[in-house]
Amino acid sequence: MAERIKHTRREFIRIFSVGGSGLILASYVPLRGFIQKKGDTPKVFAPNVFIRIESSGLVTVIVPRSELGQGVFTSLTMLVAEELEVDWEKIKVENAFSDKRFGDQNTGGSTSIRRSWEPLRVVGATAKTMLITAAAARWKITPSDCSAEMGVVVNKISGTKLPYGELVEDASKLPVPTSVKLKDPKDYKIIGKKIHRLDTPGKLYGEALFGIDHTLPGMRFATISHIPTFGGGIKSFDATRTKALNGVLDATAISTGVAVIAESTWLAFMGKGLLSVNWEPGPNANVSSESIRNSMSAKLREPGEMLTRIGTSAMPQKNETVIEAVYETPFLAHAAMEPMNCLAHFKDGKVELWAPTQNPQAAQTAVARALRLKEEDVTVYVTFSGGGFGRRGDVDYAVEAAELSKHAGKPIKLTWTREEDTRHDFYRPPSIHQLKGTLNEHGKPASLRHHVITPSIEEFKSQTKLDPAHYDFKGGAIEREYQIPFMELTGSIVTTPVPLGYWRSVYRSQNPFALESFVDEMALAARKDAFEFRRDMLPEKSRLLNVLTIAAQKSDWYAALSKGHGRGIACASAYDSYCAFVAEITLDRKDNLKVDRYVCAIDCGLVVNPDTVEAQMQSCIAFALSAALKQRITVRNGGVSEGNFDSYPILTYEEMPKVEVHIVQNTLPVGGIGELGIGVTAPALCNAIYSATGKRVRTLPVDLTQVN
Amino acid sequence: MARYAIEVNGTQRTVEVDGDTPLLWVLRDTLGLTGTKFGCGEGLCGACTVHIDRKAEKSCSVPIEKAAGKSITTIEGLAANKNNPIFKIWIEREVSQCGYCQPGQIMTLAAMLNQNAKPSPQQIAETMNGVLCRCGTYQRIREAIETIVREG
Ligand code: FES
Ligand code: FES
Repeated sequence: MAERIKHTRREFIRIFSVGGSGLILASYVPLRGFIQKKGDTPKVFAPNVFIRIESSGLVTVIVPRSELGQGVFTSLTMLVAEELEVDWEKIKVENAFSDKRFGDQNTGGSTSIRRSWEPLRVVGATAKTMLITAAAARWKITPSDCSAEMGVVVNKISGTKLPYGELVEDASKLPVPTSVKLKDPKDYKIIGKKIHRLDTPGKLYGEALFGIDHTLPGMRFATISHIPTFGGGIKSFDATRTKALNGVLDATAISTGVAVIAESTWLAFMGKGLLSVNWEPGPNANVSSESIRNSMSAKLREPGEMLTRIGTSAMPQKNETVIEAVYETPFLAHAAMEPMNCLAHFKDGKVELWAPTQNPQAAQTAVARALRLKEEDVTVYVTFSGGGFGRRGDVDYAVEAAELSKHAGKPIKLTWTREEDTRHDFYRPPSIHQLKGTLNEHGKPASLRHHVITPSIEEFKSQTKLDPAHYDFKGGAIEREYQIPFMELTGSIVTTPVPLGYWRSVYRSQNPFALESFVDEMALAARKDAFEFRRDMLPEKSRLLNVLTIAAQKSDWYAALSKGHGRGIACASAYDSYCAFVAEITLDRKDNLKVDRYVCAIDCGLVVNPDTVEAQMQSCIAFALSAALKQRITVRNGGVSEGNFDSYPILTYEEMPKVEVHIVQNTLPVGGIGELGIGVTAPALCNAIYSATGKRVRTLPVDLTQVN
Repeated sequence: MARYAIEVNGTQRTVEVDGDTPLLWVLRDTLGLTGTKFGCGEGLCGACTVHIDRKAEKSCSVPIEKAAGKSITTIEGLAANKNNPIFKIWIEREVSQCGYCQPGQIMTLAAMLNQNAKPSPQQIAETMNGVLCRCGTYQRIREAIETIVREG
């Protein structure tokens, strides 16, 4: 057996995503080319780190990205299974663990399908090719006289069949092919079908384990009272009352606050409430939303750094119309339904973590650094996550759990309270947008200038000043598809001590709100219909124009509106996808707003799972409406005020509009779908509010009492 | 610390905890029934919903001393019958996204349907408003409930 491993270890596969970022996604060395456990069975064929096929025929796919609700547990498996030719019903799927052989495991930026599209199909095709080669050798025919289907290789000459399980041993001895042929999309049996999510039943029955549900023997429960001000510290703390509580085992200061370890989560929570901590307020105790807003507003008087310029600026024309407006958005928290948590077990200089994380490799690195361990001594097992939305790409909770387990000498399950989750997030930055547009004497758009003022996430993460060439908040600030003779984007960074992070769609949540609302303001000044104004700015063959037209048609754009009703449109392109939303709203006489309906048109290229595309559109709308209608994080005295869902509310059942999704069918390269809808939701809404009331909302969240 | 007897999913259990310990944490940490989820701890999100004597209750807000002697059903108990039409339609309609709120959604709905098999849209909204879903699965929840109510 040892010899066999050596043999397969000599084989390398390198899989590159074609035409993408040159990202290497696959294994350099097979995980286990051939494994023989105790006894003789099961034998396992694992040509790479993503697939295991046992002699029983059981096929296991390991998904390299984190399942957060967006469906990758299923959709990534579909990519492997399509090429592997296995019985979909019999596939077993597992979450991955931190390992470079999976490539980049960071689940973010709507990249899971796009970056895995080529590599994971190659992974499946590679295994299939090896199984076919093994069968052909057995039959003494050429591989081209064999085919594979439903987990068996078929001898096309004799009609004989060999199940994959019986070929496991032979296939393991074969060299891993360096190039394989992928299927023609017209032959797809799984991709493009409405496939049921593999993780759903277990989650519904209460059987599937989220991070918060994982346990280990001898495990203790912990929670943390975090340092309340950004950049603050702990002067001293008195845990006498905490420790007097029966079942509280310890209270200890760690890097981020004071932790309580107890025999249950509840006792840890109670113990936390009894702590008396003398916090060091630190240098930021005077920082508030207002002070940050003031420093952002001051930048309105400055030109900002030149970031993008399209076309040539013309001298101001006679009879041109100038439109100007300033838009504003607040800090936001992620508020994933499952609060931050992690299970860690430090033992003999090694740590294992079970973490609901979007970035197991970052967690591995951060934990190794914090505990001064080698990276290979840290293993992060990815669990199901109760939502992520970007929050779980930061890995502070994993470091805390590891620190605590090391301190306690026992497995520690760390669970944050909801209030801590809201107050110790990495926040979506606030923004101010200064827009200026001109129309020529015929009412045609002549120029558009957008000045974005915001704190920079990258600058916060790297703690170094960014060069304007690397400003990170350009996304969605200018729609390149619009044929406006001159477009210009300038930017100003404001520094704040508030931790910043990636919030679903990142800056594509703020920028399109300002841009697509302002496009409506330009349309109004041009006395044009908002749909037609956009249509006339888009080239004829544009995919954006196509979705815009579909959204208008399907929403019955020209149908008359009764009093108090409004309709608004917005569109955007990003993540290799294109979408347009039409929102319909009702306002009663007291200005109570009801969002009735969204009609969405989406072109995301070749669709892997249409049901997931529809779900993601609904999800984007619910997520972005929560923000547009209700959410604001307020900084006061250097910390965050909001705590639980009463002060940081999310959309409710009743508030959810009816969402209609129209998906463009084509076979163009696959695009991302988890974030694009976020940016267009708010401007479509605010454009609808304008159409109903004549009130232009330029500040989020919507507060009609503040608008004239 | 005191001993409390509760019936959980048809089995008699005795737990030794403080009387003010919320039922949620008794289920999760003491009894290992992790299908009931923690979302807010303040009765605001409904993720922790269980049935106490057949009525939907937010288990984070029910101290164990109030639950003592009562009959409790958790999602694991409801799932003993996988043919329950709620599960079937939830899977068929692909309601769930991250799934974290779904046990609470399902327990809340099951209790409502136990009391009234034909709730009005208004009653449905009033009840389901108590369970938050950050992934925004509300539309499919609505469609699934409408199907169940229609097909009875
Ligand atoms: S955890 Fe009980 S209602 Fe939120
Ligand atoms: S499905 Fe994720 S919170 Fe509801």
